[in-house]
Amino acid sequence: MSSDPRRARRRRRVLLQVACVAVTLFMGVPIYLITLAALSSRESLNRFPLPLLPTDMSTETLSRFLSTTGVVPGFLNSLQVGLFTLAAALLLGVPAGYALARYAFRGRQSYQLFLLLTRALPIVVLSVPLARVFLTTGLYDTTYAVALLHTALALPTTVLITSAVFYAVPIDHEEAALIFGATPLRAFVHVVLPQALPGIAASAMFTFVMSWNEVLGAAVLTLNQRTLPAQVLSTLADSPLAYRFAGGFALVLPAIVFVAVMRTYLTNMWGTTLR
Amino acid sequence: MSGAVTAGPATVGGQPGDHPPPVVAPARGKVPTPVLLIAPSLLFLTVLFAWPMVVGVAQAFTGDQGPTLAYVRRLLDDPYLWPAVRNTVLLIVVLIPLQFAFALAMALLLRARPKLAGLYFYIWVLPLAISDLAAGLVWLSIFTDHGYLNSALHSFGVDGYAWLSYENPTTMFLAVLVAELWRATSLVLVIIVAGLQGIPNDYDEAASVFGATYWQRLRWVILPQLRPSLQVAMILRTILALQTFAVAQALAGRDFPLLVGETYHWYHTLQNPNVATAVALVVLAVSMVTAIAYLHLLRDRTAEVTR
Amino acid sequence: MTKSIVSNAPISRRAVLGLGLGAAGATALSACGGVSTSGSDGGSGSLNFLSTQFTPVEERQRFETILGSRVTAAKVAYNPVDEGVFASTITSQADAGKVQVSLVGGLHGQLAPHTGRLLDLDDLAGSLADRGFTADVAALGRLGGGTVKYIPWMQASYVVAVNKKALQWLPSGVDPEKLTYDQLLAWVKAGRTGNGGKPIFGFPAGPKGLYHRFFQGYLLPSFTGGQITTFRSPEAAQAWQYMKELWANAAPASTNYDFMQEPLQRGEVLIAWDHVARLVDAPKGKPDDWLMVPAPRGPKGLGYMLVVAGLAIPRGAPETDRAKEIIKALTTPDTQVQVLRENAFFPVAQAALPGDLPPAIGLEAAAVRAQQEAGDALVSLPPVGLGAKDGEVSQIFKNCFKEICLDSKPVRQVLDNQARQLNAILDELKVPCWKPDPDGQPCRVR
Repeated sequence: MSSDPRRARRRRRVLLQVACVAVTLFMGVPIYLITLAALSSRESLNRFPLPLLPTDMSTETLSRFLSTTGVVPGFLNSLQVGLFTLAAALLLGVPAGYALARYAFRGRQSYQLFLLLTRALPIVVLSVPLARVFLTTGLYDTTYAVALLHTALALPTTVLITSAVFYAVPIDHEEAALIFGATPLRAFVHVVLPQALPGIAASAMFTFVMSWNEVLGAAVLTLNQRTLPAQVLSTLADSPLAYRFAGGFALVLPAIVFVAVMRTYLTNMWGTTLR
Repeated sequence: MSGAVTAGPATVGGQPGDHPPPVVAPARGKVPTPVLLIAPSLLFLTVLFAWPMVVGVAQAFTGDQGPTLAYVRRLLDDPYLWPAVRNTVLLIVVLIPLQFAFALAMALLLRARPKLAGLYFYIWVLPLAISDLAAGLVWLSIFTDHGYLNSALHSFGVDGYAWLSYENPTTMFLAVLVAELWRATSLVLVIIVAGLQGIPNDYDEAASVFGATYWQRLRWVILPQLRPSLQVAMILRTILALQTFAVAQALAGRDFPLLVGETYHWYHTLQNPNVATAVALVVLAVSMVTAIAYLHLLRDRTAEVTR
Repeated sequence: MTKSIVSNAPISRRAVLGLGLGAAGATALSACGGVSTSGSDGGSGSLNFLSTQFTPVEERQRFETILGSRVTAAKVAYNPVDEGVFASTITSQADAGKVQVSLVGGLHGQLAPHTGRLLDLDDLAGSLADRGFTADVAALGRLGGGTVKYIPWMQASYVVAVNKKALQWLPSGVDPEKLTYDQLLAWVKAGRTGNGGKPIFGFPAGPKGLYHRFFQGYLLPSFTGGQITTFRSPEAAQAWQYMKELWANAAPASTNYDFMQEPLQRGEVLIAWDHVARLVDAPKGKPDDWLMVPAPRGPKGLGYMLVVAGLAIPRGAPETDRAKEIIKALTTPDTQVQVLRENAFFPVAQAALPGDLPPAIGLEAAAVRAQQEAGDALVSLPPVGLGAKDGEVSQIFKNCFKEICLDSKPVRQVLDNQARQLNAILDELKVPCWKPDPDGQPCRVR
């Protein structure tokens, strides 16, 4: 029945769209619901059945939430911590990822396991000794302390993801550049790095978002200089339902913007269709 | 710290320029390049974590009167330990393959370049930005007795169902599974998409010209080239999956105990850091065993390529 | 963007540049080490107050206003945190010998683990004699030792909230203000039948719920007259048998409920027992639709539990004297009544309750008072002197519930088993019993 190749192609296109829409519904509906709940009035959250369409909108809880003491400074602190973590994790992690992809050296596997070790122990049992380290070094209650901890938490993802991507960059391109007289650094920056950019963007996404949402370390290492999640997310569970949604939603927004920016770096090699 | 940082990229350029391919340059008595490249991260993690790690881990075996196994015994007597181990393993064994199949399917859909691909990709990646606490919140509001799911069923005239009741462990598990699938598949998707970017289309097109079917190309062309990315995603996803519990806790509380949730419970609610550390060491052991297994089973051929 | 796979240098160079700029910007931004989020720079002139109370945003805002208007001794940086962070912060600061927090406020059970890290406050307690703390409450502040470790701050209790819709199923001749446990069960059963099989009773058995306090302070004392000593008595077995039946008629979703005000507001349940602060939102919108009644009574009387929050000063705190001034200011009757009015925590100081309380709080105040003043009232204290083991003792009661009600194991076997574990903990601690158990040496299950 599909003897006509054009009809077959059209049917494939339709099937493709159907599949994409189905996945989008699954991934998007919870996001829609959190937005809906954050913008609903308090009373409408207690009705049954819950309204599934935005019929009873109110920005009251959200604006009340945003005017809480510490939300704006907490936002600035989170931004600082996130960007510092991003920079530090890339500076420390990208060279290591390159080394893992390009060199076979003794201890390669031990190094990978060591990286994972820091992520594999639930951070809660380290919270008291970690806080003591920062207390004795005088970094306690600064955004540096949180950023350093987040850098350590982000390093395994940064190193491993970038290594997977460097591995895919053909070695010949780099060698060709060197033969034509480029220094190894120039060859790395101009030939390897652009091709590895999607991986770097991916790991940057994880790093920033992880730092943006991390609660426990940030709460234990600070007192007055808190990040936004430590300021509000940690105690969200004790707040009334409407506030929980408003808080959850407000915290998501900046991360969504960041993901939007990074996405363009991540997919810049699929040509023009993925904008 | 900044001094150690700049040492990283600089060494790439600082290596002997007279040997054309620096990637295979012998060390010539100097510190080998890879060591210089990984040293900053190694040093950083050691400085920050070594002491807390030793102190933290020691808690499991140190009581008021010196070394003791009392906390480990205490843990083994805990009625929640084995259910927690079982649930953790069950969740990972069911979740991870599903997640990889789902993420791979999503990446391949995008690779077929449907219309609006950019928008789709953005929405599919969004859960990444949502903290696990917020994710637990939204899924709880969906599955709870008077939640969105039962509200939707109600509008179709179907009676609600107690999805999260301890009396319905199957739907409870499924709810946790769906929520985790939603929350964490984006991570796998992003790594796979980043990996796909580096794969040249040439082989795929060649195979296609020679009449290979889509499945054959997927099996023999795309997947092998995606292997490093899949390996990394698999290791990271498993380690991170062992660490997450907020969503499961929000949905099922202690009716569905997970190992890391037990660590928090012992540490915060029961105020017993020693037993908490003992649980944490179980998590650590499971993580390390799986990581080693993945590194062996999915061993790439870096060594053969570079030397 | 670009067409080819590899040679896309221009866009990528811009991308690299962007990443680099971002990195540079981050370093520049973080040059200052952070912006204050507690309305205070934490430096000289302000005092750090770490607390587990008033964590929800609105309550926090209201309490900060009270602090601002009532406390003149110092500018206070109020830092509400969850109990895990509270414990970690005190522990790490005390262990490192660098205490930055001058005042801590928490529930009895949250302060108890830090007994050794808190300053003795006997002098301050002496100067607060005019506050009129009751003997029970003041004694809790000794944390089982000889010296005063914390000054009472606020108190609360647990009551039963009833949506008036449930009154239609109230068995005839029963006064909801004077329920017995049997009448409650009959009511709950009738309600379930009348409501088309859907249970109308719920209780907070979620991961953060306070249901263990129901067994410790309400059910078991009402049936057995004790909490620990009578843990495996025949009366206790009866109590658990009752619980099993009550649970069979309660909303199964209860194992997800942390705060009963939410399922009450949503109408998922109509009758619920919980902490007053976790019920107060239920009647807020329509107070006329609600009743707040004392807990039921059993064969041995109306068992109820006191919840006490206290204020303490860590050893080595930078601002000891001013912290003491703040404690004085927070325990004046006026401030205490204002806290009740705004945040629904009851005074520990002798204070006349005004007649114009917000309706929801007025309902609760009446129920709490009726509970305390009942002729057969039997007060329970939260476990005294257990220190860090407080949570583990509560867990024993939760385990009983899980095994008896959820897993349907035989009551006798479960109680014997859990009693053994309870004794193992108590034998290690060797503390005297607390109310309602007789004050004997040392406390253990008989």
